[in-house]
Amino acid sequence: MDRVPVLALGDVLLVSIQVDLEDQLALALQEDLSDRIVSTGAHGVIIDITALDIVDSFVGRMLATIAAVSKVLDAETVVVGMRPAVAITLVELGLPLRGIRTALNVELGLKLLRQTRLQPFAESPADGRGGPADDAPAALDVS
Amino acid sequence: MINAEPSGPAQAQQISGDDDVVRVRQLVRAAAVATRLSLVDQTKLVTAASELARNTLVHGGGGRAEVQQVTNGRRNGLRVRFVDEGPGIPDVDRAFADGYSTGGGLGLGLSGSRRLMDEFELITEVGVGTSVTAVKWER
Repeated sequence: MDRVPVLALGDVLLVSIQVDLEDQLALALQEDLSDRIVSTGAHGVIIDITALDIVDSFVGRMLATIAAVSKVLDAETVVVGMRPAVAITLVELGLPLRGIRTALNVELGLKLLRQTRLQPFAESPADGRGGPADDAPAALDVS
Repeated sequence: MINAEPSGPAQAQQISGDDDVVRVRQLVRAAAVATRLSLVDQTKLVTAASELARNTLVHGGGGRAEVQQVTNGRRNGLRVRFVDEGPGIPDVDRAFADGYSTGGGLGLGLSGSRRLMDEFELITEVGVGTSVTAVKWER
């Protein structure tokens, strides 16, 4: 059976869904991702759905489940690249994906994850550096 | 009764597995583009078709999908029909309630797809089967 590739970028796992997802493939991705989070110790997951021209309730539920499972495994999930027509349809379908963090593209998704990771340190008095807003862009310049 | 006269050839797709749900989506998408539905309407139609095809598979035990261009004299549209010979739906009102599911899903399939379409008709008989007919009109 086909698999959706999961790429490791530092401590972030990147999944770019490029095919029309069959239900079984979506379920396999859910399991693969959980395994990879544990084996790599990743703290963030980015799911790029730019190529998906629809998200139905099955795929929506998969995204919500991945986000929930990742959270339990100490990783934040950000869904990026949702098309405007897909967003309109999802809300009308009755699936507004509450509880899932989103960003417009992969770059903004990475930034969001970095900020989420920096937040606890910024609030700690032991951390002598500036606030998260100052640190976040610098942390992004890894490319 | 939906007022929609066929204005093009009917295309059909059997639904007997996961991959057939993907095929229904592709068939409906191609027909929606040919009917010149807007991008948002195409997306709504294909999403609804995906929900209904999965219903046919999961609840109806498989069946068939039919896609046809239609007109009501003023506007063109696309009609999709899903027919199964499954157990039927004993309580239709409940089946349309958001969040009610017997298939382990989110329970959005019927109610959600009805919201996404312009016309929607469900005929079901316990022990005989279910047919859902829905139309999306061009704007």
